[in-house]
Amino acid sequence: MVATLTRMFGVHNLALAEDIVQDAFCRALEVWKFRGVPENPSAWLMAVAKNRALDLLRRDRTVRTYEPELGRLLQSEWTLAPTVEELLTENAIEDEQLRMMFACCHPRLSEEAQVALILNILCGFSVWEIASAFVSSHAAIEKRISRAKKVLASSKKLFDTTDATACLSRLPAVHRALYLLFNEGYHSASPEAAVRDELCHEAMRLAALLLRRPLAATPATHALSALMCLNAARLPSRLSGSGELLSLFEQDRSLWDRQLIAEGLKLLELSAAGPELSEYHIEAAIASVHVMACSVEETDWGQIVSLYDQLMATHPSPVVALNRSVAIAQHQGPGRGLEEIRRIANADRLAGYPFYHAALGEFELQSGRNEIAREHFANALGLARNPVERKFFKQRMDACGNSARQGPSTGF
Amino acid sequence: MSEFAFLYRGRDVDASPEQMQRSIEKWRAWFKELSEKGHIKDIGQPLEDAGKVVKGKQKTVTDGPFAEAKDVVAGFTLVEARNLDEAVELSKDCPILESGGSVEVRPIRALKM
Repeated sequence: MVATLTRMFGVHNLALAEDIVQDAFCRALEVWKFRGVPENPSAWLMAVAKNRALDLLRRDRTVRTYEPELGRLLQSEWTLAPTVEELLTENAIEDEQLRMMFACCHPRLSEEAQVALILNILCGFSVWEIASAFVSSHAAIEKRISRAKKVLASSKKLFDTTDATACLSRLPAVHRALYLLFNEGYHSASPEAAVRDELCHEAMRLAALLLRRPLAATPATHALSALMCLNAARLPSRLSGSGELLSLFEQDRSLWDRQLIAEGLKLLELSAAGPELSEYHIEAAIASVHVMACSVEETDWGQIVSLYDQLMATHPSPVVALNRSVAIAQHQGPGRGLEEIRRIANADRLAGYPFYHAALGEFELQSGRNEIAREHFANALGLARNPVERKFFKQRMDACGNSARQGPSTGF
Repeated sequence: MSEFAFLYRGRDVDASPEQMQRSIEKWRAWFKELSEKGHIKDIGQPLEDAGKVVKGKQKTVTDGPFAEAKDVVAGFTLVEARNLDEAVELSKDCPILESGGSVEVRPIRALKM
């Protein structure tokens, strides 16, 4: 809704658009408190927001919009109401959301700013909610978002999604933002499980929007969507009944969402059209190998290793190298895992990442060196970002207490 | 390009809500088309039926105008066209004609000092 109202009032009036939506929600709370929630709450909200928008547009007929055509239609009573009506139909709203999504991935904004903006404008997250999701301070997020909005307001118009060249050139940034958004939800440091799942679903919803546009539905978009579906399928099993983090090895696979898996695999197939092989293709392929196995033992680790080899060849990073070493340990034993993990270039960038130390711990533990393993887990514990992670690493530390060999526990 | 005023006359008093809805849509579509072709200077506004009439040196104020439905000025638009003939052609798609109303097409007069 904010995206559509922004088009009506102009990007520099983003605050006005947000106020209208905010207003509608407040009104809703007031009325619904007494009369109960109506059968179709979103239609109700839409009607309230629309009437408010009409009032404001009438009160100030000189409100400037970016498009003179649209401005003219909104200035006259002959055409005001039906134009607003048309802009608020489902298809039109989707168009606006898409434009907004591309607009948010402005090249002058950092990736974090892009993601924060998308969450705020497109997903309706408050600054508090975003700060909680990113485990950042309210002040930092607020600053980031307000600066980002200024950059948005400075552009001449909201992105033109019918311009094929512009669309394709900005698509990688949109992919990246959605990828980061999804990962934020999937691997979130936030202790709020509910928020995490929501982030994943929002990312998936926005990716689905891309798929509905021929221009944006490239093989990479399909691969990204596939990746999200395949990972999201595992969300129900990531936490135990008592809220503890479960690794891939401990997850109850019967809880995996079969429908999402089927959807993911279908999207993966569709992504194979054409020669393009993005990092999302490879990551989705890795995820598919995992979901198609009935258990850890039956997983084709050899294939996963070679997929990681490919990923390292085209999109190397310390985290990818870390995941690869975990796969190698599964395939060829902890000794090889240790060899590979020690070979990681720029490993210092992993020093602050608790799961790097946890991986070292696992390999040492599997190799029978409990004391060393415990030290590594202690390091991981020190870097834990929330109670769930703390509990997990503490458990692994305790596991080093027994002299008996413990099963592997890395990978999610 | 010259400017012209379209003055619409004729109010369809018997319209049902559905007919009103369709009528609004037709007007919107017509304006959109004219606008896209670059003929709209100002879409203008529809007018309420009754108001006041202020007349003469005495500045008498009466309620009105209470003319026949077909004579009531229902609204106006400012249009850009090459000449009067083109403006007239443009007015022929006006929805008010379907309900028996009329469009008065008048060139804007350039007042010379």
